[in-house]
Amino acid sequence: MLAYLTRRLFAAAVMLVVIILVVFCIFFLVPRWAGVDPATMFVGKQADPAAIEAVRQKLGLGDPILAQVWEFFKGLFAGRTYVGGGDVTQCSAPCFGYSFRNEQAIWPVLTDRFPVTLALALGAAVLWLIFGVAAGVLSALKRGSLWDRGAMVVALAGVSLPIYFTGLLSLAIFSYGLGWLDAQYVPIEESFTGWFGGMLLPWITLAFLYAAMYARITRATMLEVMGEDYIRTARAKGLREPVVIGKHAMRSTMTPILTMLGMDLGALIGGAILTETTFSLPGLGQAVLKAISDKDLPVILGVTLITSLAVIVANLVVDILYAVIDPRVRLA
Amino acid sequence: MTTQRTTRRRKQAVAAAGVVAALLATAACGGGGTDEGGEGGAAGFDAANNKVAQASEAKKGGELKFAAAQDADSWDTTRGYYGFMWNFSRYYARTLVTGKTEPGAKGAEATPDLATSTAKITNGGKTYTYTLRDGVTWEDGKPITSKDVKYGIERVWAQDVLSGGPVYLKDILDPKGEYPGPYKDTSPDKLGLKAIETPDDKTIVFNLPAPNSDFEDMLTMASAAPVRQDKDTKSKYGLKPFSSGPYKFQSYTPNKKLVLVRNENWKPASDPVRKAYPDKISMTFFTNANDMDQRLINGDYDLDANQTGLSPQGRTTALKEHKGNLDNPVSGYIRYAVFPQTVKPFDNIHCRKAVIYGADHESLQTARGGPIAGGDIGTNMLPPSVPGAEGQKYDPYEMAGADKKGNVAKAKEELKACGQPNGFKTTVAVRNNKPVEVATAESLQASLKKVGIDVEIDQFDGAQTSGIIGSPENVKKKGYGIIIMGWGPDFPTVQGFGLPLWGSKYILESGNNNFAMIKDKTIDGLFADYVTELDDAKKEQISTEINHKVMEGGYYLPFTFEKFINWRSNRLANVYTTDNYNGTYDFVNLGLKK
Repeated sequence: MLAYLTRRLFAAAVMLVVIILVVFCIFFLVPRWAGVDPATMFVGKQADPAAIEAVRQKLGLGDPILAQVWEFFKGLFAGRTYVGGGDVTQCSAPCFGYSFRNEQAIWPVLTDRFPVTLALALGAAVLWLIFGVAAGVLSALKRGSLWDRGAMVVALAGVSLPIYFTGLLSLAIFSYGLGWLDAQYVPIEESFTGWFGGMLLPWITLAFLYAAMYARITRATMLEVMGEDYIRTARAKGLREPVVIGKHAMRSTMTPILTMLGMDLGALIGGAILTETTFSLPGLGQAVLKAISDKDLPVILGVTLITSLAVIVANLVVDILYAVIDPRVRLA
Repeated sequence: MTTQRTTRRRKQAVAAAGVVAALLATAACGGGGTDEGGEGGAAGFDAANNKVAQASEAKKGGELKFAAAQDADSWDTTRGYYGFMWNFSRYYARTLVTGKTEPGAKGAEATPDLATSTAKITNGGKTYTYTLRDGVTWEDGKPITSKDVKYGIERVWAQDVLSGGPVYLKDILDPKGEYPGPYKDTSPDKLGLKAIETPDDKTIVFNLPAPNSDFEDMLTMASAAPVRQDKDTKSKYGLKPFSSGPYKFQSYTPNKKLVLVRNENWKPASDPVRKAYPDKISMTFFTNANDMDQRLINGDYDLDANQTGLSPQGRTTALKEHKGNLDNPVSGYIRYAVFPQTVKPFDNIHCRKAVIYGADHESLQTARGGPIAGGDIGTNMLPPSVPGAEGQKYDPYEMAGADKKGNVAKAKEELKACGQPNGFKTTVAVRNNKPVEVATAESLQASLKKVGIDVEIDQFDGAQTSGIIGSPENVKKKGYGIIIMGWGPDFPTVQGFGLPLWGSKYILESGNNNFAMIKDKTIDGLFADYVTELDDAKKEQISTEINHKVMEGGYYLPFTFEKFINWRSNRLANVYTTDNYNGTYDFVNLGLKK
């Protein structure tokens, strides 16, 4: 187990390094090839040449790309000092870069916004797991029934409808129209009930999209599993149906669901851009969207790295959980 | 069996129809009847447009809530360039002089703020002297001195650290760029700028190398606000500026929220400009403009800080159900197409005029949003809010008159005169992040096709404007014969609006705004006359003349004198629009009813 973990962690670290290199090339090398000075992307629209030169100096944009990457890596562990134009800017470790647009180090921005995105992703995941898996299981067990058809139609709608449609529709109906839910974000430290109320609609909207996919996958897997020999054996042994389903069928069914969950959670933690934009939630997705429109490269870089990290960690956790769910999987 | 299934299906269909009907009904809820006449506390449609609405109902106290889809470029007075930032900065930053807190054109006139009076102008318009009021203080209670004002202005020179803001003061006071800025200043007090003298703590003297009759207008801008040297955090100053006004920063997280609270050390007696009604001022940032508009309509917020008008969806709802909460002012912006003379055949005035005559001006206005949301048809290049402007009265190409649908015959005559009787091909450059501009490009393309001008639309990355259309070399290389843009005055004079667009000295290699590449000695001469003229009436006359020369040259096809539809909540009092901030609400004296 320990050897497996070490191997996986090492692979994850290598993967992150590769991602950093690729992202760095995209942001700093490709513009150069296209004849665009990356320094102009760090300053405002009507930037003075002196300001562009100061940014170039501060970020060492004149240095070879490998030297810039090395500085970035050093910054992650030892912090970084940006000097240029008579101004000194400190960026403490872990320094994921510095936004010269907002005059903020990226790491505090990420840590400030991460809990919002995490809460959104986890809350929605709980909902979609409960309702998606339950709907899938019931559909599989009552195959061909009205319930099955109805659930699959709803699932199809959930998969087909984009979140900016369901999000806006749910806002129009439940928030602006009926006034049942106020989808305005309130920090949890200000009011737990306000926070919970504000998150409910984003959770439901996001969960609706994912629950649909989970219901369909659960149904398909469950139908396949229920036809397996070991299920017939279990029934032949005289086990009660809830035990057959809960103990035997569900274990196999959960394996692909867990894989999906790992991938989805990882991607969502990296930034549920559409949901956060629709509901104006101050999470990573909102930050990255703003950064894209402002061409604020350090923020985009920081969020990209966090996304990658989240996907890698989520996959690692899923791999470990395989062994717990399915004894046939051995971590060797 | 068949019957049962049919019945069940029917029931399902009826149930589904019921659900849909219920959803539509609830979605349609959200407002009662119209509010045009000022029911429910609204002052009425256009009640605050160039006049004050509900002034007497403003009470002390409460939280004034701004909503915004866009954060400021910077809250540092030196670095901010967005109009709404300048407007908002009056809460926490005072200047020697500022715009009057009166509606309409009066708001653009300078009035003393930190100074006891407007400038004492001597030496043929080259020396401006101000005396500071008694009792003006910083947020820690220390007095604001003339040296603080000088230091605040000196920061404009530190463009390598404090980029982004306007540089008019630098260009006027130090045209040769000799002063290195306070951070590289070797004098012990870092006050080495020779053009500004501070003989004592109360007096400040500006010595201009050459007269500039708009200099005092430039001193009303946020970049002329004082900054105290020991509180200058350089590039991070915008995160928490040190207040000289009635409010100070309590908290600010970029793109999330800004909260101002009362500055207890501000003395009302020292400030004839600000009423400081609310106890607290907050600004919440949204990413979904529709959501923001809906929350404004629901009364969760009082007004949009960006003041760029409601989104199409919000506009429709508000016009239908809450018209009494809306104002429809002229924004000060002109939306237009411009013809770079470096791209053939636009070096020929007749080819330029062929486009002007061939365009369907009404269709362009519709593409901009129509007469209410888009604005009146633009007939010339001076915004109605600028002294010397004539509005639609000056319409040399009959754009809002007989030829508002375009004049094919005249266009073809001009084509003959320019040696292109069968028309020509050209490319129109339009920002890809401005759907309304793309719509105007398409409208122009359709109308010019009728006269034989074949237009190809090139949507370029709007975030790279200064490098793409701001580079004359690139414009020529790409063959952009027509560029679609908009422009508003930094300060409402012909200099504040037109000099960067029409002055030959303002043709730049990068970040160019003189897209037409105008090198007209008459226009340059008129600007030179303007800046040395101190008489307001004569200045207006010159402004009119400059506008006429620009229109006669056929460099521009104006689309609209832009208008927008802005929301004010039922709680707001003492609301009015001001020309000082391009027709937006004057924030500084907004109050709440209770």
